[in-house]
Amino acid sequence: MTWYDSFLQQLVDGLVLGSFYALVALGYTMVFGVIKLLNFAHGDLYMTGAFAGFGGLSLVSGFLGAGWLGIFVAMLLAMLAVGCLGVVIERVAYHPMLGAPRLSILITALAVSLVLQNAALALTGGQYTAFRTDLGFGGFNLGNLFLSHNQIVLVATAAVLMIALELFVSRTLYGRAMRAVSIDKDMCRMMGINVSAVIAVTFFIGSGLAAAAGTMAGAYYGSIWYFMGFLIGLKAFTAAVIGGIGSITGAMLGGLILGLLESFGTHIPFIGSEWKDVFTFSILILVLVFKPTGLLGKSEVERM
Amino acid sequence: MDRHSPPTRPDTHEPRPRNPLQRLYAAFESPGRRRALHLAIIAILIITPWISSQYTTVILTNALLYVVLCLGLNIVVGYAGLLDLGYAAFFAVGAYTIGILTQQFGVNFWAAIPFALMAAALAGVIIGGPTLRLRSDYLAIVTLGFGEIVRFTARNLEITGGASGLSHIPEPSLFGWHIDSSIDFYYVFVVLAVLAYIASQRLFDSRLGRAWLYVRHDEDAAEAMGINRVATKLAAYVIGAIFGAIGGIFFSVNLGAISPESFSFQQSVLILLAVVLGGMGKIPGVILGAFIVVLGPELLRDFGTLRLLIFAVLLLLIMLFRPSGIWPEKRS
Amino acid sequence: MLLQLKQVSLSFAGNTVLHDVDFGVEPGRIHSLIGPNGAGKTSMFNVITGFYRPQQGEITLDGESIVKRKPHAVTRLGIARTFQNVRLFREMSVLENVMAGQHCRTRSGALAAVLRLPSQRAEERQILETSLECLDFVGLLGHQDRLATNLAYGHQRRVEIARALATQPKLLLLDEPAAGLNSGEKQALIELIRRIRDERGVAVLLIEHDMSLVMNVSERISVLDHGSLITEGDPHTVQNDPKVIEAYLGQDDEELAL
Repeated sequence: MTWYDSFLQQLVDGLVLGSFYALVALGYTMVFGVIKLLNFAHGDLYMTGAFAGFGGLSLVSGFLGAGWLGIFVAMLLAMLAVGCLGVVIERVAYHPMLGAPRLSILITALAVSLVLQNAALALTGGQYTAFRTDLGFGGFNLGNLFLSHNQIVLVATAAVLMIALELFVSRTLYGRAMRAVSIDKDMCRMMGINVSAVIAVTFFIGSGLAAAAGTMAGAYYGSIWYFMGFLIGLKAFTAAVIGGIGSITGAMLGGLILGLLESFGTHIPFIGSEWKDVFTFSILILVLVFKPTGLLGKSEVERM
Repeated sequence: MDRHSPPTRPDTHEPRPRNPLQRLYAAFESPGRRRALHLAIIAILIITPWISSQYTTVILTNALLYVVLCLGLNIVVGYAGLLDLGYAAFFAVGAYTIGILTQQFGVNFWAAIPFALMAAALAGVIIGGPTLRLRSDYLAIVTLGFGEIVRFTARNLEITGGASGLSHIPEPSLFGWHIDSSIDFYYVFVVLAVLAYIASQRLFDSRLGRAWLYVRHDEDAAEAMGINRVATKLAAYVIGAIFGAIGGIFFSVNLGAISPESFSFQQSVLILLAVVLGGMGKIPGVILGAFIVVLGPELLRDFGTLRLLIFAVLLLLIMLFRPSGIWPEKRS
Repeated sequence: MLLQLKQVSLSFAGNTVLHDVDFGVEPGRIHSLIGPNGAGKTSMFNVITGFYRPQQGEITLDGESIVKRKPHAVTRLGIARTFQNVRLFREMSVLENVMAGQHCRTRSGALAAVLRLPSQRAEERQILETSLECLDFVGLLGHQDRLATNLAYGHQRRVEIARALATQPKLLLLDEPAAGLNSGEKQALIELIRRIRDERGVAVLLIEHDMSLVMNVSERISVLDHGSLITEGDPHTVQNDPKVIEAYLGQDDEELAL
């Protein structure tokens, strides 16, 4: 394999990885936009989505099979379920804390994350759960490059979801309301926009997207466990920051960039796969220190 | 008294102490009674190993270790208001520095301690320096990231023993007293916990302690009054790092072996949980929290993996209904 | 000239807030800064104290340049301020609030505190004494143990002044100190400002909208409009300056009450 071939292979791998990151990063960025909170539990919603997808697949595989059709339906079910869970979490844990000091809200978010994680831990005993599907390993070759069908479906699905989101945000009433709330919440309230409802919808969508990513990840990688949300949460956060927190396009961009960086990064001889995560965290820290607004974010001017 | 005594109660609308814990607290307001209480507690701590099993002694030693760690994190989170989710990194730096210096280079334990402390202080400056200017959400995640970086590094370097860590860390001796039994280490940790307690109290009542509160309340107003907020936060971070390192130093020789898994995010969370549970910023509360977090799992043994879930739910409930923690609010 | 601004310009995202401002305060004087809303007065305070960095210009205190310094360094050099909406440390006692001012005049660090060195204990005594003295100066001795939020608004403003005085400044910046005060309190404020100048030798620069107070207490008045200094002089001159009247046209009648 020439360097050109391996470059393309890493590109493809990066795109696949980046799709996951982008989907999860979107939830982060959307929620941050409307309530200015980094939902620490977001990564765990991805994990919950994976388990929900697993459960959903068990339900439908009887009459829909465990191929892509079954997985899609399971994914939709998971998105619905986890979307609702997201709304519940917002109502129960975050909404009451809105006037509280920043520190308290952050710890509450951490607590929610821990509850989700440990609930999954209690249910599975900490073991990996096999996500059994009927997906084949078929694909086709483009020269020396191998593209599996699964990869194509995955990236396509993620793209469809992201396009749908983009349309929602720019064309629908709620989408525009969401953008308005992220700019000035109090003004929106005064203008009669039901801010609570907008926040709830934002959580629903954000959590749903994370669940979609979770289900697909489960199907693609074949196994899920209670702790899978932790790392992905951090990486998706990194992606959101790279793209500019608060910007939806930024999250998509950031996700792809991070996926590509990681994919190429692991092949740099010095780094290798053990240091992959350190590499990612270092990127996060560097971005936050030198360019906290990311690529597309707006800088906040602090007035006294 | 050579410093301003805090008022017993602010005037107006503050309700009289009603619940048992508040009444208990109020009963010990006078310095004389306070001193007697301290001595009583120390006496109990000294006698305990002789009247209980070795197992209990080991558990209590662990609890005392947590007291030191939690008092350290309390300075960072409770006083300076910085949410540090990677506190275990300092714990790790202390432990690994000692492990490497004594086991691999044969340095005497006591001579190695200053190096471990300096390493931790350095880590505090490196991590804190660029990140303390960030807003609190970002700070939390970045400290988490740093914590993970430290753990990954420990897991992947040869000098730190890789995934299996370091073992055969030699036990220290002090003027001929070879510290090796669990009772020996118990007493060492009693001394450490007491020192941590005293240091925390003194810091809290000092110019720096007040500066932490000012910066935490209103950064800009504090800055306008001449307080260097970055330096103040960094001081909290570094001092917290030193507390953590002290815990790590003695932890490593106590166990004789350390592995990266002792310094995971879960560990950082557990320490944070104890601080929040007991009441951020309140020293007795933090100590109580430390004991709950260590003894709780022992008492909840039968619940298996469910017990972590119980703790998580407990944390959530505390944040929603009693964010100031279990310990009653006594005005600072 | 104690405080000197030379050609200071400040803009935010394309909006010019201060334009080529030349301004000075003499030591031991009471100087007022007035102007219609949005003229840039608080921004000027923020620029002086180091919270904003001007795009252009020089600021010196006693000849020493302070334009590039961080706020805490500016305070250390001798400028203290109060805020438009009182910014006390709410959950702390009145005394603790005032003690904050002494932080920059003392040095004991963590080690000294943990070891309870005699130098540290002496400094704590000094902090306590100076803070109580400042509280006494503003007439609030006896309130020191009360929680800052529990005080009446007028008292809170005085605590803020005591806190600023505890930094032992050469120049005190007061941002709308009379807002929300009744006429008796305003009279007391005038006397307090005079005492600050007479008994402590501190120069006072205040932003105010209450014209009668301004005319009563100031030795010198500078008028700011749309970021530029339009006139400066003693109260009588400024009162009659047509430019000033024009700048205020369209403002509340209340503001024109001279």
